[in-house]
Amino acid sequence: MSAGGAQFRPRLQARRTLGWLFAAVCVLFSLTSLLVLGVLLVEVFRVGWPALSWTFIRNLPSVLFPEQAGIWTALIGSIWTVAITALAAIPLGIGAAVYLEEYAPRNWLTNAISINIANLAGVPSIVYGILGLAIFVRWLEFDRSVLSGGLTLALLVLPVIIIASREALAAVPDSVRQAAYAVGATRWQTIRHHVLPAALPGIITGVILALSRAVGEAAPLIMIGALAYVTSVPGGSFEGYDHSLAGVWSWLRDAMLADFSAMPIQIYNWTDAPQKEFHVLAAAGIIVLLGGLLTMNAVAVGIRAWRQVHRTW
Amino acid sequence: MVERARGERSFVAPPTPVVREGAVAARAAGENPPAEPVFRIRELSIQYGAFTAIRNVTLDIPERQVTAIIGPSGCGKSTLLRALNRMNDFVPHMTVRGQAYYRDQAIYSLRCDPVELRRRVGMVFQKPNPFPKSIYKNVAWGARINGYTGALDELVERSLRAAALWDEVKDKLDESALNLSGGQQQRLCIARAVAIQPDVLLMDEPCSALDPIATSRIEDLIDELKTRFTVVLVTHNMQQAARVSDLTAFLLMGELVEMDDTSRLFTKPSDQRTQDYITGRFG
Repeated sequence: MSAGGAQFRPRLQARRTLGWLFAAVCVLFSLTSLLVLGVLLVEVFRVGWPALSWTFIRNLPSVLFPEQAGIWTALIGSIWTVAITALAAIPLGIGAAVYLEEYAPRNWLTNAISINIANLAGVPSIVYGILGLAIFVRWLEFDRSVLSGGLTLALLVLPVIIIASREALAAVPDSVRQAAYAVGATRWQTIRHHVLPAALPGIITGVILALSRAVGEAAPLIMIGALAYVTSVPGGSFEGYDHSLAGVWSWLRDAMLADFSAMPIQIYNWTDAPQKEFHVLAAAGIIVLLGGLLTMNAVAVGIRAWRQVHRTW
Repeated sequence: MVERARGERSFVAPPTPVVREGAVAARAAGENPPAEPVFRIRELSIQYGAFTAIRNVTLDIPERQVTAIIGPSGCGKSTLLRALNRMNDFVPHMTVRGQAYYRDQAIYSLRCDPVELRRRVGMVFQKPNPFPKSIYKNVAWGARINGYTGALDELVERSLRAAALWDEVKDKLDESALNLSGGQQQRLCIARAVAIQPDVLLMDEPCSALDPIATSRIEDLIDELKTRFTVVLVTHNMQQAARVSDLTAFLLMGELVEMDDTSRLFTKPSDQRTQDYITGRFG
């Protein structure tokens, strides 16, 4: 081969132009999505901001008087629901992820489970609503309660939490596990002291993103029969209960089995109302919901940033 | 898999490895009567799936000596080393034939608890792998989880001194081990292995990720450690084996070609393949 490189035709100019073009297209696309989000936010704030007030947040819903209607029951209902979702889905999800990633033998059964979980993450949420209706509402007779709603959403986010946790666990380098085993650690000690702590920021990020998805879901809750018009907050009053452990327990039980609403349902319901004033309330409700979601996502981003700084390997 | 193994054995006649009788005994002569070897390996074969990593290896590893295992890449030296504390258990589809004994304990028997075995047979890895925790915790953790009842502070100091690292880190024990240089990290890993007060130290190419200065510090350290521990060192660096080891085993394609006193193996090898390898004709 000649040293001069007569066999090369570099076409440098054309290659550079192509690269520049590609970058420009990418920027355009990302700006488009940003633009859509921007328009949405501006519109929501333009309509909803004037209606947003402490009274709006604290008032119970009203079918007849938009000026008195508030989001309080839906807000508290959402908090109850997501709390139950978290209590059910976090231990189950992380436990399953630890088993699949750290203990399960690499065989066809494990593979089948993994593929199934990945598929479950893609199942439409309304289908989980049907499942929740069959299992929690009908079979276990929890009725259309906070408990049914929370558990249904837990089923919905469980695959997401498992997948995110598995990825976080898989990202912990094997050399850390080997180091622990080599000083005579058991598998449990290795996982407890080294693998889980190293994976925790990733797991927490995944959990928060999954829960913020749960907060925004309306379809499965509508499916299990959650109401838009509820006059009392679940567990809103401690009156009539004993000031004892048994009293707290029966308060908790009643609260979990109470009818409830949730913010997405309330918003959906307001949008559907014939009076224009209720549409304004819907926008205000969206602001409250977005506020909650952004706070949760900010925490997730914060944890990720913290991990970048405190990179542990 | 068993079928395959039998088939292999029938047409590949295992060459008889040359383990010079008395090589160990001669070394111990003049001291106490010849000590029992720490490890006795008898016709050990290890397969990963269909791949045979080591085949019919038989050798003894004596106490308080440095035994080097050399050979070209892929000859099975790491596999042999990891068989000694069962770190191979984590490789999927691994099968073992033959026997390996640590003192009187059959290593690959149901009665052998690998967790207990690894407390006695510590290990230092090729790439420094400190825990992403403080220097102090790196050293103390192994002792703590193994139920060490003594004073941890003392143990940490003693172990770091044994690894020739104390003076460099004594004022920053709470700092992350990951802030240390590569050579310091590797000495920390040695301190971590020493802290559980093992009987044996396995070292899997402990210097291959280090610069020459850090390497020579580790080599000096190995020389000191052998007064207290039995050291088994895997290395692809023949000069290193010649410098620090008392005995050397040469592995080729999973088989033990020859094991002898290091000085004799490097000057008068009894096998032509050893001769070719140490003179750099291959590998």
